[in-house]
Amino acid sequence: MTTRTHSLRRTVGSPPRTGGAPRARRLGVRQRGSYPASFLVPAFAVLGLFFFLPTIYNFVYALTSWSSFSSSIHFVGLQNFTDLISSGTLFRSLRITVTYAVLVAVFQNVFGLLLALLLERDTRVNRFARVMFFIPVIMSALAVGYVFQAILKPTGALNTILGDMLGHAVTIPWLGNTTWTLVVITLIHAWKWMGLSMLIYLAGLKTINDDVLEAARLDGASAWTTFRDIRFPLLAPAITFNVATALLGSMNGFDVVQATTGGGPARSTELLNIFIFRTFGQGLFAQATTMSLVLFLVVAILAFPVIRVLRKREEVL
Amino acid sequence: MTGAPTTALPVEMPQRKPRVRVGDRHGPWRRLQPVVALLAVVALIGVPLWIVVVTAGKSQGEALNPDLTLPSTWHFGPNFSEVWQQGRVPMAFFGSLLIMVPAVIGVLVLGSLASWILARRKSKAMAVLYALAISGIVLPPAVVTIVLLLRQLGLAGTAIGMIGVYMGMYMSTVIFFVTGFVRTVPIELEEAARIDGAGPVRVFRTVILPLLVPVLSTATILICLYVWNDVFYAFFVVGGRLDTLPLNLFQVASAGLYLNNWHLIFAYVILMSLPLLIVFTFAQRRIISGITSGAVK
Repeated sequence: MTTRTHSLRRTVGSPPRTGGAPRARRLGVRQRGSYPASFLVPAFAVLGLFFFLPTIYNFVYALTSWSSFSSSIHFVGLQNFTDLISSGTLFRSLRITVTYAVLVAVFQNVFGLLLALLLERDTRVNRFARVMFFIPVIMSALAVGYVFQAILKPTGALNTILGDMLGHAVTIPWLGNTTWTLVVITLIHAWKWMGLSMLIYLAGLKTINDDVLEAARLDGASAWTTFRDIRFPLLAPAITFNVATALLGSMNGFDVVQATTGGGPARSTELLNIFIFRTFGQGLFAQATTMSLVLFLVVAILAFPVIRVLRKREEVL
Repeated sequence: MTGAPTTALPVEMPQRKPRVRVGDRHGPWRRLQPVVALLAVVALIGVPLWIVVVTAGKSQGEALNPDLTLPSTWHFGPNFSEVWQQGRVPMAFFGSLLIMVPAVIGVLVLGSLASWILARRKSKAMAVLYALAISGIVLPPAVVTIVLLLRQLGLAGTAIGMIGVYMGMYMSTVIFFVTGFVRTVPIELEEAARIDGAGPVRVFRTVILPLLVPVLSTATILICLYVWNDVFYAFFVVGGRLDTLPLNLFQVASAGLYLNNWHLIFAYVILMSLPLLIVFTFAQRRIISGITSGAVK
């Protein structure tokens, strides 16, 4: 339990201080020779050049007129932002992206947890089922998107199956509704990743001490009470990991949406990354950069409170 | 846990073994659970995969509206050979490998090297560097300006540029996993080697690196998965210049959606997923245990 909490704490950014601290002091002077700082250089060079430098560029080029239509680049101040705000695109894309991320986090974790509870016992059937549920995780998200586009189109497989069951033709436009299609796509995204959440919940369930469960059983606790009062709270570290990665990861979503709707209908599923991809393709580089910066800022602003809130829940224990 | 009786007084089950999981002890559920598990597999995974396979075996006309029916005659041969050419599968496969292999090896070697120092040296500066290094786990890469930067470096549209971008993106993940792991390795192991006169390079290579194998294999699996399947960053960096499997799938599908070429799209999906599926079938036990131990250590 302690070690697990610990490993998740690392997500927040403070390095864990497992053991070592007094020993390191004992080593003191020898640190430099035994652990040369030059070993840091290649990794940080790659990080600096290919990760941090483009991020800094983001802040600079969002304030320019960079586009494919003119070879010169001028400073235009906040004009890109005001344009995107006044056209309503910025807040619209932002709202869609955050809704998408929250729904994915909810669905992926609910499905993952249900699967973990269903397949918890170590039997042959369950081991087989776990492997099967992991197949979508290793498939390309783009491929998954195309598969579901074929299944969900008005004359696709789902409507055919529903029609056969109900005895009359069903033509629900699963991917053509400006309100509900976003929800349908988050279900597809959750379907693709639920196998990974399942594995992490299974690992979490395995670490719960059998004696605690045995004590609850002897006290006459029902399966549901045991789950609600003992197992669910003890799963907190796994929940933190799963919710944080699902939420922040799907803020960066693209593939599933591009392959199913491409942002439609009527731009109702246009995530920030879809917008960036589209405007970049049109040569409006500065606008794309501005949205990329917006995404960066929103994730940065969300990341720390999300992880802190989830960790606080762990600390209550 | 449906169907589980809620009255579970200990007196009712005197003959049970003392150590059973809570979910295990309800008779009806025990017998029902395998059925529910298999039904879930069939409905949630089996049906979509079945549709992929049968549609990939149909002619264009039959595949217009993908459903559960078997093709009247199997067209796997012609479909695969058509998509093999139209999607330039051999080129795309080598393009994907050409980018994935160096990126993964590079990020693992450089990341572990840095992680070892970050884990062992204790100072304010190291704490700051560590926080910076792992910030990339959650922060999204600046995908648009990366293109500009690569252009300035003369790496636009090249495999080297793409490799650098992936290394920059996944360095944080490697440093996060490996630094945590190194801290659990007793320092005495290194000291023994050091007393024998080994320099830092040799200590790292002969003592640390072999111990890192489990955590590095987990990281390898995850990063391979992401890089092999990535299409978003590939669009920006090498789109139209280099073939990779997901980029070519997009191409086949973009042409095919207009023509409703579901048979070709699904044949491509199968071809593209096969390499990872084969690796997964042979190594699934290690992959699954690796991922679970890595995530919640």
